[in-house]
Amino acid sequence: MSRYVGSHTAMLTPEEWSIILLSLKVSLVAVACTLPIAFGLAWLLARKQFPGKVLLDALVHLPLVIPPVVTGWLLLIAFGRMGPVGRVLEAWFGVTLMFRWTGAALAAAVMALPLMVRAIRLSIEAVDRRLEHAARTLGATPWHSFRTIALPLCLPGIAAGAVLGFARSIGEFGATISFVSNIPGETRTLPLAIYAALQVPGGEAMVARLALISVMLSFAALIASELIVRRRGGQHVL
Amino acid sequence: MSFEIQVEKRLGDHHIAFDHRSDTQLVALFGPSGAGKTSILNMVAGLIRPDRGRIAVSGETLFNSETGMDRPPERRHVGYIFQDARLFPHKRVRANLLYGHQLTSPDRRWITLEETCAFLGIAHLLDRWPHTLSGGEAQRVAIGRALLAGPRLLLMDEPLSSLDAARRDEILTVIERIRDELDVPILYVTHDRTEIERLGGELVTVAGGA
Repeated sequence: MSRYVGSHTAMLTPEEWSIILLSLKVSLVAVACTLPIAFGLAWLLARKQFPGKVLLDALVHLPLVIPPVVTGWLLLIAFGRMGPVGRVLEAWFGVTLMFRWTGAALAAAVMALPLMVRAIRLSIEAVDRRLEHAARTLGATPWHSFRTIALPLCLPGIAAGAVLGFARSIGEFGATISFVSNIPGETRTLPLAIYAALQVPGGEAMVARLALISVMLSFAALIASELIVRRRGGQHVL
Repeated sequence: MSFEIQVEKRLGDHHIAFDHRSDTQLVALFGPSGAGKTSILNMVAGLIRPDRGRIAVSGETLFNSETGMDRPPERRHVGYIFQDARLFPHKRVRANLLYGHQLTSPDRRWITLEETCAFLGIAHLLDRWPHTLSGGEAQRVAIGRALLAGPRLLLMDEPLSSLDAARRDEILTVIERIRDELDVPILYVTHDRTEIERLGGELVTVAGGA
């Protein structure tokens, strides 16, 4: 087969493979950790009335509108070794985020959060609350009604939010580079590797390969989300 | 079987006051739209909370503002048939029917799935999705779902309003049979006199108040 695939320039080097795997690891961890938080926030914003709701809504959406570099810098202040959160994490749990891949995941998570909250919130708002009332009259506790009615009905939105967040994480650049820098093997994800390769004479082939990979990953994510929504949507009238 | 309802509630500009006790099999709440008929049913079901009053079914108190007693909907065992069937769209007819049944302790149940299907003529629909049902079929499944949860009282909120004439007759026949064959009282809300004439029972007029 390799004869037909082409010369070595079209093949991925071990370094490029490790960049891709790191990107996947960072993005998957970011999405997995953010999903419950995003769902909780979406639920609060969709269903609850409380003082400061407007403020919370704005805060969640902030990473969408401020320059990513600023977000990264704010993370640096908060989670850096001397930062209020970073100091606690290091002293109590021995966890350092700065200049680590976990920090890259945190940056990706913060940037993906608003997109995920938006998608999930829309799906929660689309759930007919009268169905939950019907469930209550049939003997369901609020928790059981949530688990069996509301949650399954907004599952397509949760899946869409997760995929959107994943795609956003794969592409995250500004907040990552300013929070955890561009360290090969630790924080050099796809966009950062592309950026680094662009600075090096003769790096064009690597740039092209990595760019193609990142386009393919994002594209696959979008197709996946579309398929999930369609498959679920076939079962009920929405 | 008996129930007594004595509630007061202010909802926006509306003041809803209702006071009635009955031992009859079917009580029809009649009144113009906006008189608060649905709100009265919602208070009995526990979906909204009265400002004041007392609700009891078969001598068991469900709500009493003086003692602070307020049972949540899931512990009231009151079946509710809505205007729209409100079937769960992500569950097949069988799962819809069994939803409340499985949450009800066996000693509270008084009808089985087979009996319900035979009574309502819905056995052939069990594996269908709700969105493939006609309005009449959906409403029959909704009635079955409520019966299977072992209710002590059935609330019906204009159950014919989203159906065409032929389907209305079909569902009215079902309701007549529930009235005559099953030992569960019905609180029936409507703004249509012809339904009341056909169903009989005790007529209570609800006047809209300000």
